[in-house]
Amino acid sequence: MTNVYIYDHVRTPRGKGRFDGALHAVPPVHLAAAVLSALRERNHINPDDIEDVGLGVVMPIGEQGADITRSALLLAQYGEDISGYQLNRFCTSGLDTVKMGFGLIGSGQADAVIGGGVESMSRVAIGSDGGSAYTDTTVGRDYPYIPNGVCADLMAALDGFSRDDIDGYAVESQRRAGMAQTSGWFDGSLIPVKNAFGETLLAHDELVRAGTTLADLAKLKPSFATAGEAGFDSIVLRRYPQLESIPHIHTGGTSSGIVDGACAVLLGNEAYGKRQSLHPRARIVAAATCASEPLLSLGGPIPVTEKVLSRAGLKIGDIDLFEVNEAFAVVPMRYMRHFGIDRDRINANGGAIALGHPLGATGAMLLGTALDELERRGLSRALITLCAAAGQSTAIIIERV
Amino acid sequence: MNNNIHMEVDSEGIALITLDVASRSVNVFTNDFTAELCYIANALSSRDDITGAIITSGKKAGFMAGADLLDFVNVYDRNLSSVEASKIVAPAAQALRQLEKCGKPVAVAINGFALGGGFELCLACHYRVLIDDPKAVVGLPEVTVGLLPAGGGTQRLPRLIGIQKALPLLLNGRHVSPADALKLGIVDAVVPSADLINTARQWVLEHPGHQQPWDIKGFKVPGGAGAMAPHANESFSVGMAKIRRDTQDNEPAPLAILSCVYEGTQLPIDQGLKIEAGYFGQLLAGPVARNLMRTMFINQGAARKLSKRPAGIDKEPVRKLGVLGAGMMGAGIAQVAAAAGIDVVLLDTTQATADAGKARIASGYARDVKAGRSTQQDADTKLARVHATPDFERLQGCDFIVEAVFEDRTVKGEAYQKTMAALGSLPTGFVMASNTSTLPVSGLAELWPSPEEFIGLHFFSPVERMTLVEIIQGRKTSQHALARALDFVAQLGKVPIVVNDSPGFYTSRIFCAYIDEGMAMLSEGVAPALIENAARQAGFATPPLAVTDEVSLDLQQRVIGQAIADKLDPKFLRLKAQPIVAAMVSKGRLGRKTAGGFYEFPSGQPKHLWKGLSEVFPLAAHQPELQDVKNRLLYIQALESARCVEEQVIPEASDADIGSVLALGFPKWTGGTLSFIETVGPVNFVAQCDLLADQFGERFRPSMWLRERATTRQAFYPKPANV
Repeated sequence: MTNVYIYDHVRTPRGKGRFDGALHAVPPVHLAAAVLSALRERNHINPDDIEDVGLGVVMPIGEQGADITRSALLLAQYGEDISGYQLNRFCTSGLDTVKMGFGLIGSGQADAVIGGGVESMSRVAIGSDGGSAYTDTTVGRDYPYIPNGVCADLMAALDGFSRDDIDGYAVESQRRAGMAQTSGWFDGSLIPVKNAFGETLLAHDELVRAGTTLADLAKLKPSFATAGEAGFDSIVLRRYPQLESIPHIHTGGTSSGIVDGACAVLLGNEAYGKRQSLHPRARIVAAATCASEPLLSLGGPIPVTEKVLSRAGLKIGDIDLFEVNEAFAVVPMRYMRHFGIDRDRINANGGAIALGHPLGATGAMLLGTALDELERRGLSRALITLCAAAGQSTAIIIERV
Repeated sequence: MNNNIHMEVDSEGIALITLDVASRSVNVFTNDFTAELCYIANALSSRDDITGAIITSGKKAGFMAGADLLDFVNVYDRNLSSVEASKIVAPAAQALRQLEKCGKPVAVAINGFALGGGFELCLACHYRVLIDDPKAVVGLPEVTVGLLPAGGGTQRLPRLIGIQKALPLLLNGRHVSPADALKLGIVDAVVPSADLINTARQWVLEHPGHQQPWDIKGFKVPGGAGAMAPHANESFSVGMAKIRRDTQDNEPAPLAILSCVYEGTQLPIDQGLKIEAGYFGQLLAGPVARNLMRTMFINQGAARKLSKRPAGIDKEPVRKLGVLGAGMMGAGIAQVAAAAGIDVVLLDTTQATADAGKARIASGYARDVKAGRSTQQDADTKLARVHATPDFERLQGCDFIVEAVFEDRTVKGEAYQKTMAALGSLPTGFVMASNTSTLPVSGLAELWPSPEEFIGLHFFSPVERMTLVEIIQGRKTSQHALARALDFVAQLGKVPIVVNDSPGFYTSRIFCAYIDEGMAMLSEGVAPALIENAARQAGFATPPLAVTDEVSLDLQQRVIGQAIADKLDPKFLRLKAQPIVAAMVSKGRLGRKTAGGFYEFPSGQPKHLWKGLSEVFPLAAHQPELQDVKNRLLYIQALESARCVEEQVIPEASDADIGSVLALGFPKWTGGTLSFIETVGPVNFVAQCDLLADQFGERFRPSMWLRERATTRQAFYPKPANV
């Protein structure tokens, strides 16, 4: 298989996904166009070299519908002859576009591709896409879609994590994100988002609360008790009857933040880099996707990690850094405990709890964050993974060259 | 042809159609009725002299009920496929569709209650005017007997008022008052009786050629339908979770209704009606609807009407009731009796304790007032009927006495003596009843001068909420005493079952089998949460360890102690439960009353299983499958019920079923303990019991009697001859 390299990546800062968020006035197509433009300019991309462009979009409806990638490419001045597609596999979508590119280049069907993702959660609300998974009784009676927060609480109950445990994790996530932000460790990949009149709307991630304390978090109310009591607890207890109940412990402070943002990643083979005089920053070693028990919903990262490591012929100890999406605090905590990973090697600069989780974009953002941190620390390999709803997951291993 | 529906056409061409099903007090759908409805719908379309129609009822009792459940209850035993079963109601559904599409305006003048199919007929009309009478309730209660409205109810109601307003009506089946019905928009007008027909007529005159909104091109379901409707998450995703929480997937009807609405409202109505028919067929061909119809509706209704009351004994309603003992049970009995209009002498050892009982009653009535179930005036009237006293002389004039003193032969005997002394001689027709739950009634009867007029009346706690009363006939109890006891239970608005005297009678015996099996599993090391979840998921009202905490462990200790003292047969000694009860009692963990039993009861917080349980009863390394835990709880009670039938403790299968559901919270979907055996199939039941006996002990071993019944296919409920 042909080597596939990451040549560059850019992302927008993440704005609070609310009506008063800094990026709320920016339509998602412009967020996507902004990262695509920046990537093109930074790397002098000739659109003719790009076989295809994929963006992860988890709510591909309304103004994020109708294959937003194609419109964003046109807006980003890639010319008329470039194709783009949207992809949705819940939260792994952004990483999946990178995996798609890896497959295209690796199999010789492309010299270069762009992956990435976009999500304006302030403008296209989470869950607004509808779906048979949610509402079709002929699906739900046998294969219920459990709200992810209820799954997170279920996983915490199964693993015995307490409210204090997860709050402690979140405090550290905030501290790290604050540290990375003030130290400028994100700056190399961040592009400020401007409005149509050239004014900068946001230059840094808006959600971070670096000084968050345990006492602050202890004040927050559990976010998923209502959904649990409405019936979802009762459904998961059918599969886990050894639990007396599901203690609802995840709050807004230990769940990923609702944000707006976009990112783009440039992938290519060796010949492409040479032709463009680009230096490859990392090689994609292996990628894998798997699905596991749908009721656990967020349990995919562990089996997909085992799968991708085996595909790469590596062991957990061969990985220097991990990015495991902080969809909820329990996800990386469970992962660390399962694989025996030091806290220092996972989510080095915080994660979605502090920075936010722009659904379709996050996977590709984490890939970039991992790469930047490998370079900063002078390390070699990173593994990036996210859980996707209904038990799915994708993982990619990268290695600096 | 027209024996059930009459039509007259007036000078303005308006047909007045009167529904009056022959030889029935209430209109119901019969085959003849349906055929005539079809004929009428055809006449409305084809006759040029008819310009519109008004439908009303010729019955005084009400407008119309739905189908006759006696027509449906035997479908399961006919082994029909769901498609075949769906065809049973297809003609009626088609007749309603034809009526709706007749091309002329059809108004319905609803002159009384319209429920189930009766209200579906109204929904198929173009305009609904309802009589302003609180008794004229409307609604679609099919779900309560495990069915769904198959006359278009799941399709027309959401199209009429929107899915969000329709779903609760379809899913809880409640009866809707005229005022509510108007507010919801399920009727168009509520008017006094005198204006009913004229209002309908006026509307018909003003709306020539009227069509249902859903038959007009471009129709949209109000509020939207399908996955993208703004309410879709709440209605369908959360809606499904709520249903699955409430039914634990044991009752298929609510989810089938949600499916009808979700799928059907995205389609043209004719296709929606087909979906409705399909799901209805599935329900009707399945056992759960049969169980619910038979036990919860038909047999419970018959029990309320005292269908087995001894013949030839005059009714003598209780006018003045004596209640001995003003504790929780005595006060509860007095509370429901006074509410039923009976004067009550509530007697206890001191004025203070008697007054405390009356105060308990007062707070019960106050709760009703607060909840809007009764008025203050009503509560005052009821309370004034209760006379609290320590003075036995006050019992004079009572024609019925219920004794509810401490469960001890000596204490009860003394109470009887004092009563007798005060009464002097027994008035004609007088009956003495004991609310004992454990002591043999025949033995107590010997303490009363006239054992023939002595009977057991086992009420359940809390009396005001529990609808069942177990009537226990002692060896000498007369038919007169039984008839009076039945009449008294009916007077209280409760449901009687009749059993013969035997240790634990019927209900306590089945109850003990349940909690003892829970405790047996605990001692085997089964995770307590697994035991409790399995019970909840099987559909039991309260899990075994939780309910044991409610009734208290020291009571169990006393019952066991009494059984040992009485040298009862070992099967009544509760050998599996003994060590667990003893261990808990020795730790002072008696249940809720000591704020700790199997559960902890932290004040102001939900209870939870006691963490220390795993130290007293260490968890086994291997935990059983969920289904096995469920089965142990279901089978042991069913088996014990069958033994009660075999031993003639409970003569009627329907009483065994009703008692298990109403008194013990045995899962409703099963139709009761004996219907459960018929649901799994007697042969399969016996085989499963043998497997359980091999694994968990001989208490699961079925008797020869039960084996023979299974192999000779002798059902607890004989099939009707025509099936």
